[in-house]
Amino acid sequence: MTMIGERLFDGADWDFRTLQRVHDACEEIAKSELGLDVYPNQIEVITAEQMLDAYSSVGMPLFYKHWSFGKHFAFQEASYRKGYMGLAYEIVINSSPCISYLMEENTATMQTLVIAHAAFGHNHFFKNNYLFKQWTDADGILDYLEFAKGYISHCEDRYGRRAVEHTLDAAHALMSHGIDRYPGKKKLDLRTEEKRAGERRAHEESAFNDLWRTVPTGPAKTRAALTAERRRILLGLPQENILYFLEKTAPRLQPWQREVLRIVRHIAQYFYPQSQTKVMNEGTATYTHYRIMNRLHDQGRISDGNFLEFLQSHTNVVFQPDFDDPRFSGFNPYALGFAMMQDIERIVTEPEDEDREWFPDIAGRGDVMGVLREVWANYRDESFVGQFLSPRLMRRLRLFHLHDDPAETAGIRVDAIHDERGYRRVRRELSRQYDVGFIDPNIEVIDVDLEGDRRLMLRHTVVKGSQLVETDARRVLQHLADLWSYDVVLTEVDTHDKVLKEYVVSPRILPAAA
Amino acid sequence: MTMHIVDRRLNPGGKSLENRQRFLRRAKALVQGAVKKTSQDRDIKDVLEGGEVAIPLDGMDEPRFRRGGGTRDMVLPGNKKFIEGDILPRPNQGGGRGTGPGEGDSEDAFRFVLSRDEFVNLFLDDLELPDLAKRKLAEAESEGLHRAGYTTSGSPANISVSRTVKLALARRVALRRPRPEQIAELEAEAAEAEEPRRSELLAQVAALKAKAKRIPFIDPIDIRYRRFETVPKPVAQAVMFCLMDVSGSMSEHMKDLAKRFYMLLYVFLKRRYRHVEIVFIRHTDRAEEVDEDTFFHGPASGGTLVSSALQAMHDIVRTRFRPADWNIYAAQASDGDNMTSDSILTGRLLTEQILPVTQFFAYLEVGEAANYTFDMPDSSLWTLYERLRNEGAPLAMRKVSERSEIFPVFQDLFKRRGKQERATP
Repeated sequence: MTMIGERLFDGADWDFRTLQRVHDACEEIAKSELGLDVYPNQIEVITAEQMLDAYSSVGMPLFYKHWSFGKHFAFQEASYRKGYMGLAYEIVINSSPCISYLMEENTATMQTLVIAHAAFGHNHFFKNNYLFKQWTDADGILDYLEFAKGYISHCEDRYGRRAVEHTLDAAHALMSHGIDRYPGKKKLDLRTEEKRAGERRAHEESAFNDLWRTVPTGPAKTRAALTAERRRILLGLPQENILYFLEKTAPRLQPWQREVLRIVRHIAQYFYPQSQTKVMNEGTATYTHYRIMNRLHDQGRISDGNFLEFLQSHTNVVFQPDFDDPRFSGFNPYALGFAMMQDIERIVTEPEDEDREWFPDIAGRGDVMGVLREVWANYRDESFVGQFLSPRLMRRLRLFHLHDDPAETAGIRVDAIHDERGYRRVRRELSRQYDVGFIDPNIEVIDVDLEGDRRLMLRHTVVKGSQLVETDARRVLQHLADLWSYDVVLTEVDTHDKVLKEYVVSPRILPAAA
Repeated sequence: MTMHIVDRRLNPGGKSLENRQRFLRRAKALVQGAVKKTSQDRDIKDVLEGGEVAIPLDGMDEPRFRRGGGTRDMVLPGNKKFIEGDILPRPNQGGGRGTGPGEGDSEDAFRFVLSRDEFVNLFLDDLELPDLAKRKLAEAESEGLHRAGYTTSGSPANISVSRTVKLALARRVALRRPRPEQIAELEAEAAEAEEPRRSELLAQVAALKAKAKRIPFIDPIDIRYRRFETVPKPVAQAVMFCLMDVSGSMSEHMKDLAKRFYMLLYVFLKRRYRHVEIVFIRHTDRAEEVDEDTFFHGPASGGTLVSSALQAMHDIVRTRFRPADWNIYAAQASDGDNMTSDSILTGRLLTEQILPVTQFFAYLEVGEAANYTFDMPDSSLWTLYERLRNEGAPLAMRKVSERSEIFPVFQDLFKRRGKQERATP
């Protein structure tokens, strides 16, 4: 049924009352028709300069000071002025209340689009996706950033800007290795700990059998092997969260340096879900705004002209150039995400035989939003693509898989295309492109020579022959050695434990350490 | 559910300013190099306009562990004709990645825009005002003492008697201290009175005396001292004298050179002083103060008497710019011709009148383009000034014949040096 509602606005102009009306109209649709569950919204109107500001400090409204943000700002400002880059229409922050920034230059239609996209689409995703639930604390993030900012400026006053800058530089270099990839074991409180110890004892007593004593054991481990093992257990090794390891065990760090590492680590962790859900997050938001805008138009609350304006921006947003197009720079997460969401909608409502075969669980279920909400809650990009990319969409996007082996002199092989033989392989490869386990190099702290020269040993497990870029690796290791204060060794080994390369870096004498 | 709208547009801007300053500070040497390089290609007029500079990314990079090489697998959209098993030739190596700010290869230059102020600051950063004739005035600020009310502590020399007495009086009145006259009166009455009345009066006198003793005439709490505060008194104004020979021998090219030098000097002074005045004095065989346009473009002809210009400057200083309140800078441009008979007067005016009151006096000898000034015999004025300098007069002097030499000469004159060194070689 189409209701004729009152127009939300006419033309391009808007004021705060318009925003309020737009928000209420979107909210009604989002809640009653799409069944979205969102944090309370806070909408902030900002200028282009403030948008650039927000860009350069990773989108957060308040952040500690560091030269690298100034560098990004200068760069972005230059490209913005030259027209190389448009500004995003919005930035949205995963916090409660969920803050969406709206640029003042946007027309009323654009503001509506942005509110539907950010304040409902992203907002719902932040609140419901399992990664965000697991890793981020939406209620606490703004307070934490406030604390971080204050703490770092306090350190600067107290220990000097140079020293703080050095520590931050080093921490930033290791930021992508300051993440826990798996939720840690919950710390037990003392009472449960005690109860558990008692249970363990009771079990041992009940299972005691003197016969076990007579079973021959293997050769006793040497003392050295035992201590090495024990040491590794005590230090929690191997450890892939390098920043965490340094914070807890680096021998000569000042307490404030440990806290700085901790801050950087927490912030990296906060952004970890976002990097794993770009396609899904944008897909959710784009699908949401598309549904809401269409509905508003159906209701007569947006004029035809404004709706056309919306369609034009929407089309730009979901444009995916082909691989041989000069504009091509990888997959557009908006395009892929939106296409997949729409495709799921099709599978749920009008499945074909192929879809029934590929997606027996959802094909023809009829409840589009129910299925989508489940998907939005329980997947990340890698598993989402791996599960829901349909053959039909692969055909539509004409996906193909290239395999580039440097040993192959003839050239790059086309390994699979969008045909019966290739669907699964193409889908698996694309899913792997979104797997953080493959994107970030796998580097772990494996041991510390506690009895000798205290050198820290790391290992990079090389996958598919892709080694670290040397200049950057040396620089990062230099930072790492500075924090560790003793030599650092990184060995690159392939999957057969063959050593491919070894880096040894000694710390510099830093004013902070002196 | 309630929704809040917050208008942030009026929030103070420049939130990233501090980050930007940190970035510029860190990249200072690089940016400075870039600024110098950029400014060489520019006209002096626009030299200080700010604008885009490119710096190499070395030292400004943010390294991360990155991988390269190895086997690569990629899924791409838009297949048109490939089928499984096709072998595609490799594209030529070096297909660039996107240009992120510094994440890519470090050979990439990093381009960004500097504001005018930033540009000027970096441009003139290693320059410094010479501190020659009057060391204490070269400070942009001087200190003065100001009366600032009264205080309860201080040095005895600063006791304010009138204020102290006034407070003491007020206190005595408030506490009803018996006046000596009153006591004397009672004593006189007691001397004459009969017995019961007499001892009564005497007791009264004793009580009053005791009270007077308890309430001192001047109590330490009455004492007040005059308070002084040191107030920085900025000598935040400077005057710049432009002296130029406009006799027939000065060509347009020479005037242009002089103008460029004056402009740089003006920008430079403007950075240090809140208020900079410019006085243009042109001279032939007589000098006059003129406006800027006349100074550079007005026709004039005649002989050359440098002393006339110095005399004019001296008069203006005496009438309008008290050396105690003004920082005085002078730059003289000339082709070096001067009447031989004028030398003695010029020398005397300069050493006795002008140099003692100026912060800095620069002489710029301008020559024709492509004229090998340095091979030519020194001009009469150059010879004179050189002699004065050798005798110890604080003069800065340079020869210029090409536009491109202006900035190096300027930089050379104002280069930051060790404290002991003279600004002139």
